[in-house]
Amino acid sequence: MLECIPETPVEHTTGKINPAKTCQPLGAMYAALGIHGCLPHSHGSQGCCAYHRMHLTRHFRDPVLASSSSFTEGASVFGGAANLKTSIKNVFAIYNPEIIAVHTTCLSETIGDDLPNIIKTAEIPEGKSVIHVNTPSYHGSHITGFSGMCKAMVSYLAQSDGATKKSQMNVLPGFVNPGDMREIRRIVDVLGVKMIMFPDTSNVLDTPLTSKYQMYPDGGATVAEIRDAGNSEVTLAFGSYASHDAAEVLQDKCGVTGIPLKLPIGIKATDDFIMAVKDWFGVEIPASLALERGQVVDTLIDTHFHYQGKRVAVFGDPDHVIALTEFLLAMGMVPVYVLTGTPGKVFETEIKKMLGDAGITNARVKAEGDLFELQQWIKEAPVDLLIGTSYGKYIARAEDVPFVRFGFPILDRVVHPLMPVVGYRGCLRLIEQISNALLERRDRDCLDEDFELVL
Amino acid sequence: MDTSSVTAEGSACISERQNSILTTGKSKSSIHCADDSLAGSVSQRACVFCGARVVLNPVTDAAHLVHGPIGCATYTWDIRGSLSSGSEMYRNSFSTDMKERDVVFGGEKKLATCIDEIMGKYNPPAIFVYSTCVSGMIGDDIIAVCKAASERHATDIIPVESSGFLSGNKVVGYRAAAIALMQLIKPREGDTVKKTWKLNFLGEYNLGGEKWVVERYLREIGIEINVAFTGDSTVAALKQAPGAYLNLVQCTGSMHWVAMSLEQEFGTPYLDVNFFGAANTAESLRKIAQFYGDAGMIRRTEALIEHEQARIQPVLQKYRKKLAGKRAAIYVGGAFKAVAIIRQLKELGMEIVLTGTQTGKKEEYDNLSTLLDPGTIIIDDANPAELEKFLLEKNVDVMAGGVKERVLAYKLGIGFVDHNHDRKDGLAGFDGAVRFAREVYVTTCTPVWSQLKATGRRG
Repeated sequence: MLECIPETPVEHTTGKINPAKTCQPLGAMYAALGIHGCLPHSHGSQGCCAYHRMHLTRHFRDPVLASSSSFTEGASVFGGAANLKTSIKNVFAIYNPEIIAVHTTCLSETIGDDLPNIIKTAEIPEGKSVIHVNTPSYHGSHITGFSGMCKAMVSYLAQSDGATKKSQMNVLPGFVNPGDMREIRRIVDVLGVKMIMFPDTSNVLDTPLTSKYQMYPDGGATVAEIRDAGNSEVTLAFGSYASHDAAEVLQDKCGVTGIPLKLPIGIKATDDFIMAVKDWFGVEIPASLALERGQVVDTLIDTHFHYQGKRVAVFGDPDHVIALTEFLLAMGMVPVYVLTGTPGKVFETEIKKMLGDAGITNARVKAEGDLFELQQWIKEAPVDLLIGTSYGKYIARAEDVPFVRFGFPILDRVVHPLMPVVGYRGCLRLIEQISNALLERRDRDCLDEDFELVL
Repeated sequence: MDTSSVTAEGSACISERQNSILTTGKSKSSIHCADDSLAGSVSQRACVFCGARVVLNPVTDAAHLVHGPIGCATYTWDIRGSLSSGSEMYRNSFSTDMKERDVVFGGEKKLATCIDEIMGKYNPPAIFVYSTCVSGMIGDDIIAVCKAASERHATDIIPVESSGFLSGNKVVGYRAAAIALMQLIKPREGDTVKKTWKLNFLGEYNLGGEKWVVERYLREIGIEINVAFTGDSTVAALKQAPGAYLNLVQCTGSMHWVAMSLEQEFGTPYLDVNFFGAANTAESLRKIAQFYGDAGMIRRTEALIEHEQARIQPVLQKYRKKLAGKRAAIYVGGAFKAVAIIRQLKELGMEIVLTGTQTGKKEEYDNLSTLLDPGTIIIDDANPAELEKFLLEKNVDVMAGGVKERVLAYKLGIGFVDHNHDRKDGLAGFDGAVRFAREVYVTTCTPVWSQLKATGRRG
């Protein structure tokens, strides 16, 4: 790829070269998989549905099922209402899910199908649900689509039974891996608070191999749980891009207090998560969590000289990158290029503030950027480490930079979806990956006389 | 729709799909295929854009610009295992990244600007511009934009009319790509391409370097490849396509029409070949030598086959011992691939119990049935529930298919071998046959299966 980036900086103003985002429906589909017994439905032509399933399958390495309205030219001319109604009828008759979560595509959006009305007049069996979100691909990114589907869960399903709330908490985990969701649940369990997490793809996209195939795996938030989320006292919403909107809707609709937080990646964000639970429910922080935190600090001290002061470039989804940047700064690293493909102002504002507070003034921060641009920056002034999705591997190779894979999608390595990056244990994993990447490079590059056993 | 037969768990079989599934030797009627998928089905099929993209993407030094919202470009960014001996241009992903305002006001201007920027940055010898659902729907005239840009830059800017909604069948996209290729290689007025003894290799995408393998064989018998469509090809090489003496056609689904067009326009005859499996490879090489009719070439071909077979057969026999009697299923994109895999698995002594494709045609399915034993299930445009049902019912040991089938097979405790267009290992030629046998063996007989606690099927 090296020869594909011009040697000297050139202006790049229109379109995207080597994108750092994908389209809304993928995020909506991923969120929908976090509802138990849900079949995501793509209202558009088959290609979109096939691509989203394939992309998710490549990252999670587990089956991803979704149905499609199978648009052809006819539907595109006359509107997709008939296709959607037939689809809903067929899906319940054949695949028998508890709930169908419909998302649109750019095709049905451009045609202007009126989904609420189509769904209202569709045949839905007793006790089953159909929810929907509009996900035009020409707006936002896959994170926008994820956020939209979370909102749809709240606005269609959540209900408040009355003024008294139950002593329970909702968690909107954001577009994270099933391994992260498991870790969030573990921490909340340790704190002894009852939790409803939605969406929850643990035990959906990280299922064990049993020789039996379950079309609807055991995991996922049930419709009843999401309904009951309206009776919770409080919602922790992880990530301003993926989760804050749904928490806001839940607060307006059911009077559940929403607490906006970062994704709990890094020490401070994890502290904030745990303190929020402590403050609201008045629980004691158990010694086991204090110990985990202490281990992270201990490890940071054991390793700080490996990475302190290193220049690092980070790209990926906004909530991930915001939280990670905070942790990198805590580690003493210097994030000089920070980029997301997703549009939105919060990203640049938050990152610039963090960098400013840390006294880093020459960094480049950009929302709605692409990897062409990131590579140009790196070519202009190199970095010591690149952190991002698998698509970063081209830059890492071309510019010969150590590379840590982080976020979505990771298409060329395994086990990532099962290993958390959230919580204190996530901190350890990140420290391990970052240190190892730098040390592997040192071992590879150093002269024989500098080659050390103990590092 | 008759739902009376549907069980509570959701039956695998939709009554309207009964005609898309048949059992060889039992069903009297022929298969229904090339139908549109049912609304609401979990189909493994894709779209027109996908078809066009996989055919053209391996043109290495062209820029491939997707005119649409970002997703279409992201999902097709470097997903084929097509290798290049030169330019890596094709491994970049260019998108006009259409936004709401482009949808409302039209995207033609933005497209033109993107083309200009790409020319300014890279100056590629050609740009393929793909239309997508949205750009097609709002009526952007990509033909006009490309024509104007071609004149502005004196370069081939080729429109590919691949709006996804045109069909759920990738074959329609293959045609869109074929039309684009024909436009690219058409000599300018007054220009002629000099005829040579070389041949074109159509439907060869150089996955895992497969084109290079066949190229070596052909060179050994005394023929050069003019250009492959489109594996490891360049724009300049493709423009020399009319100069070939013969066209070989490998992937019939994507390239048959191109072969016919080349015959019509330039009088080049074509031969169907298949380099998957030792027997197919030998047969294809003989056909080519016969076509040239040169005694020396025929002699060299026989020598090559003898030498290669002597080298690989002992290895294949070793795998055959491990694999004989194992039961295999095949679910792939097109019938060409299915036939190739059936022959190879049979050479390994395996039993084929299920075969299906996403986009097979009726004649192809008829041909498939003749290769298969009675009782084999044949299925068109399968959904995962159907695949699962038959994989378990037929007690399959290993499955050949694509990305989405891989994880399904694994979950069922069934081995899997990738024969999709994004696989990374070359499976063509004599060495490819060995590699294929090894892959089948590794996944069928991995000790990991014994880790599965006795659930009846394994371990």
